Amino acid sequence: MNAVSAPTASVAHRLSAAGTANALELRGVTRMFGALAALTDITLSIRPGERRGVLGSNGAGKTTLFNCITGDFPVTSGTIRFFGEDITHFPAHERIRRGLRRTYQISLLFAGLSVLDNVYLACRGVSRARFSLLRPRRNDALMQAAEDLVAAVHLDDVKDNKVATLAHGQQRQLEIALALAGAPRFILFDEPAAGLSPTERAELVEILTSLPAHMGYIIIEHDMDVALRVVEHVTMMHNGAIFKEGSPEEIENDPEVQELYLGGAHA
Amino acid sequence: MAIAREDVRTQVNPSVGTLWYEKIPRAYWVVGFILLVMPLIAGDFVLYQIFGWSFILGMIALSLMFLAGYGGMVSLAQMTIAGCAGYMVAIFGDSGIDAISMNWPWWIVIPLALIIAVLFGTLCGALAVRTEGIYTIMITLAIAAAFFYFTRQNYVVFNGFAGFNGVLPPELFGVNWRGPVAFYYLTLFWAVLAYFAVLYVRRSPFGLALQGVRDNPRRMEALGFNVTAHRIAAYSFASLIAAIGGILLVWSNSQISPGTAGIGPVIDILVIAVVGGIGRPIGPFIGALIYVLLRTFALDVLTSVGLPPERFQLLIGLGFLLIVFWSPDGVLGLWQRWQSRARDSAGFRRSAGRDIAGDDR
Repeated sequence: MNAVSAPTASVAHRLSAAGTANALELRGVTRMFGALAALTDITLSIRPGERRGVLGSNGAGKTTLFNCITGDFPVTSGTIRFFGEDITHFPAHERIRRGLRRTYQISLLFAGLSVLDNVYLACRGVSRARFSLLRPRRNDALMQAAEDLVAAVHLDDVKDNKVATLAHGQQRQLEIALALAGAPRFILFDEPAAGLSPTERAELVEILTSLPAHMGYIIIEHDMDVALRVVEHVTMMHNGAIFKEGSPEEIENDPEVQELYLGGAHA
Repeated sequence: MAIAREDVRTQVNPSVGTLWYEKIPRAYWVVGFILLVMPLIAGDFVLYQIFGWSFILGMIALSLMFLAGYGGMVSLAQMTIAGCAGYMVAIFGDSGIDAISMNWPWWIVIPLALIIAVLFGTLCGALAVRTEGIYTIMITLAIAAAFFYFTRQNYVVFNGFAGFNGVLPPELFGVNWRGPVAFYYLTLFWAVLAYFAVLYVRRSPFGLALQGVRDNPRRMEALGFNVTAHRIAAYSFASLIAAIGGILLVWSNSQISPGTAGIGPVIDILVIAVVGGIGRPIGPFIGALIYVLLRTFALDVLTSVGLPPERFQLLIGLGFLLIVFWSPDGVLGLWQRWQSRARDSAGFRRSAGRDIAGDDR
């Protein structure tokens, strides 16, 4: 877990910046697909350690927002700052090395590799020696970190199994383990509870609430029971724009929001 | 001592106290032994023309298998990279073309040829990795075609159509390395080294990352990996293997000309890798042996059934069609399917924790 992701030169700079800067700062972020605006003028500030929920119906632009923040898609206009550093034009892997992580709505895992190898790869990705030709020794620090992570998401029983053989819920847990590798400073969870059983949901809530306090995240979640228990603040999106922000209670009791979204879900 | 260890091993934990040589599957011992004593059994022709050639083509196809099997990148430029290394040996070293060859000592020529070929292969990779699937094939095929026509038309450096003859291996340790037995061991040595290098790299962090890139480039990027850099590095590694094969190929023929890396041989490497199976590193060697046997004996078979001997390509093509039709993962796939069927009927269950050395997919 001690793998430092950043080039040393900018560490001091970023640490000093992190004291004052927001974990994530989006200004006027717009993303067009041809003539279609998937995101329009998103402005969003999230403090270090803050846990934010993003709600919205299908097509509201939630996942596009994630893709823009992590660099899977370039933004059409606007700026994204991560702990004070302008990462708008960074390739995805550079953002990840700075401590940003994400999970995917549909698990993107390495089906042919074992659970442990999946997590080990994630630990490798944010360490140096990504190109190493030397095989890890048994007491390799990263391998140990990978073992710890596998245990943290309750997958030690199946750690040597190929991912293709895992149940859906286990794959979702592994998805989270990959995002926790290295030293994440901020994580984007894209519907981590999708398709989970009630028991697995409870386990997920436990994993999320037991994350270290400095580790902020944004979580996209339709299940209000999960979302409202793991966030302090909610952003409601609609048609690619921010519709409303507030505490979970405010959002849940807001008549406009109920009209738009919760009404349908809770009816 | 050995008995005590054996007891501990069987009683406590199968992975504790295993001696290193116990982890090597029996098949390795058998094949290794047969290959080592082959010169006692086989004649000069078989050693040089069948095995020597198979090992060389196998190495070049292995470099393609590494890229395609672990990296998901089908490169048709591997024979070209081998040809590049071969040409460099002829140009910087000694050949029958005194006007061009520089006659530098072998200990400069061979590393230099390898470095140039690896740089060339890396450059090919840098061009090719920006594309996917069929476009990678097209770009690398274009590079191969360009290299072929360039060497055929350039007389100043590549000596055009005729190429170079009289390119011989250095007489190191007083051995004539073109002697059948010496050449057999020379090619065997490098083929085995390349094979185990690929097996080893596959399980290294780099190899794991490469397989991750193959399965899921987007996720790899989201884990902090520079996907493009990894793909290019894979080309560099594959180029080194192809380059070694290329140098051995020149020595084996004692000549190199544009046709060595022409479109035909370029496609042959693909055929070899696919026929053998691109899932595992042993596949290309099996494919190469089949190819060489067909190349060598198809003539006799054809004449014996009254067909014109120049139709040997037909046999190779038919064989290729049959294998690809019946088994997309090559001869190895056929073998594995047959084996698992035999195992199922015998009532065995595949154990979950297979030996690392045995499970080399």
